[in-house]
Amino acid sequence: MNRYEHHLTLAAARRPEHAAIVHGGARTSYAELDAAASRFADGLVEHAAFANGERCVVFLDNRVETAIAIFGILRAGGVFSVINPTTKTDKLAFVLDNCEASVLVTQASLAPVAFAAAARSPSVRTVVVVDGLPADAPAAALSWEAFNAVSVPGCAAARPAGIDIDLAMLVYTSGSTGNPKGVMMTHKNIEHAASSITTYLESNEDDVVLSVLPLSFDYGLYQLLMCVKMGATLVLEKSFAFPQKVLPLLAAEKVTGFPLVPTMAALIVQIRNFDPAWAQSVRYITNTAAALPPAHIFKLQELFPNAKVYSMYGMTESKRCTWLPPEQLARRPDSVGIAIPGTEVWVADDEGRPVPPGTIGELVVRGGHVMQGYWRNEEATAKTLRPGRYPWEKVLHTGDLFRMDEEGFLYFVGRKDDILKTRGEKVSPKEVENVLYALPGVREAALVGVPDPVLGHSLKAIIVRDNEDLDARAILAHCRAHLEEFMVPRTVEFRDSLPKTSTGKIRRSVLQAEAEGRAMPQEDEAAA
Amino acid sequence: MASTQDTIRDFILTTFPGDGTEPAPDTDLLDAGIIDSIGVLTLVTWLEETFGFTVDDEDVVPENLGSIAGISAYVERKLTESGTA
Repeated sequence: MNRYEHHLTLAAARRPEHAAIVHGGARTSYAELDAAASRFADGLVEHAAFANGERCVVFLDNRVETAIAIFGILRAGGVFSVINPTTKTDKLAFVLDNCEASVLVTQASLAPVAFAAAARSPSVRTVVVVDGLPADAPAAALSWEAFNAVSVPGCAAARPAGIDIDLAMLVYTSGSTGNPKGVMMTHKNIEHAASSITTYLESNEDDVVLSVLPLSFDYGLYQLLMCVKMGATLVLEKSFAFPQKVLPLLAAEKVTGFPLVPTMAALIVQIRNFDPAWAQSVRYITNTAAALPPAHIFKLQELFPNAKVYSMYGMTESKRCTWLPPEQLARRPDSVGIAIPGTEVWVADDEGRPVPPGTIGELVVRGGHVMQGYWRNEEATAKTLRPGRYPWEKVLHTGDLFRMDEEGFLYFVGRKDDILKTRGEKVSPKEVENVLYALPGVREAALVGVPDPVLGHSLKAIIVRDNEDLDARAILAHCRAHLEEFMVPRTVEFRDSLPKTSTGKIRRSVLQAEAEGRAMPQEDEAAA
Repeated sequence: MASTQDTIRDFILTTFPGDGTEPAPDTDLLDAGIIDSIGVLTLVTWLEETFGFTVDDEDVVPENLGSIAGISAYVERKLTESGTA
């Protein structure tokens, strides 16, 4: 029943000297993080006249200041929103305006974008800049140091911050069209999700989690939130572009938990000089965002012999929906498992009623982790949150198609609007892509449907290959050997790379739009 | 004939246009949001095809591939090593 920031207070009291965050070789203890968050909260009150419930947007790289700001904002009774540092001016201005942010926190290298966006957002009273104030800073800007210097330390703590049903954060997410939507999560929502996930991961205070995922991405953000809840250590890196720099940290920091997205897994499995010492301490690996091809799962298990591999599925609107108990992985490598602890999910027909095993339907989610709605977007909220069992309850309609096997395990089939129809048959692109990934030499694959007067969709596989020897004939032969005839692509196209979101999901929708010859609105790269 | 650095700069500009501004030779291509992890792979493939040497896993580090100047120096070094420069 406490607000989420209380976990930081508890961890700092229980193990003040223990490292909370390791970043760029520097270690920040729980006592230091706790004190810094309190100073930031005081800065909000003293320098920005920050009122309870106001919004503060954090536009920073993965760094210690991001964590300080997040907990400082909560301590000041505020609502935080972390925005991906690669976001451009228009989008940032939209977010600032949409949530009526009163404070924006940024860093010198992002200042041009931040200042331009803030200038267009009348609600922004103060801009805080880490790494020094640039010469062209607007009058409302303060350096991080100046902002954290206050005349009345403890002024934020002296006033009531609120209770656990207060809004804690907005996570901006986007669909394939339109502007990003702010997913509203209360302290209670976060607590519910974090408790559930740390239960099945068997998280403990001696965990050391290495995360390269952006803190703007809920999967990355929860690595921080859950480490603080446990009093564990987060090794925070900002990218996986150079695996040779990141992977040795697994050994150096004795990392126990390593969250991945499929692109990272694809990079790891093709490293030729993988040092077994890197993997020794890792006791679990998680994957979400999109399913791992089974071939990559098996290779990861080989590389990380002491690690349990968790396949998970979720969407920002409920943080996480399902997890596959690792001991099930060998039997059902393509399943994303069961509802996370303390929640319920079912596969539903168009009326929201459960369908029998084997039948494809939309996944519906019920539990304390389900969002309160999209910030000031009632139309989108009404489409996603629908009436539930009790008069006060709303359940989450994910828009994702699933089927359940006889034993209750779930399988992702595709986005409701992803399904291709060819020869009158429904084809899930993912099913075909999984087969393509099983062929050695296929690094990335996407299946699209090219409009065809006879077939409906004529299937085309777009492939990024590891070597030129792999030709279309070999790929089609492989598909014929493993897929029903109607699922076999008619054509193959080779490319050097496929478009992706900043979180590593292949943007199949962009390729599909291209195949249909329609323009794709510039999708949000930042807040996938 | 274009210098190695020009060839590399042109490749970066055309493959990872970003916001269209030309990065300085020592601009950190990752920090500037010009390339990401997939960009690094694309770059490695292009280097191998264009200059005809193999980029070893150990070589895929920011010192070698993090900036246009860094990439140029790396390519020159590899070409010297293989005796083709």
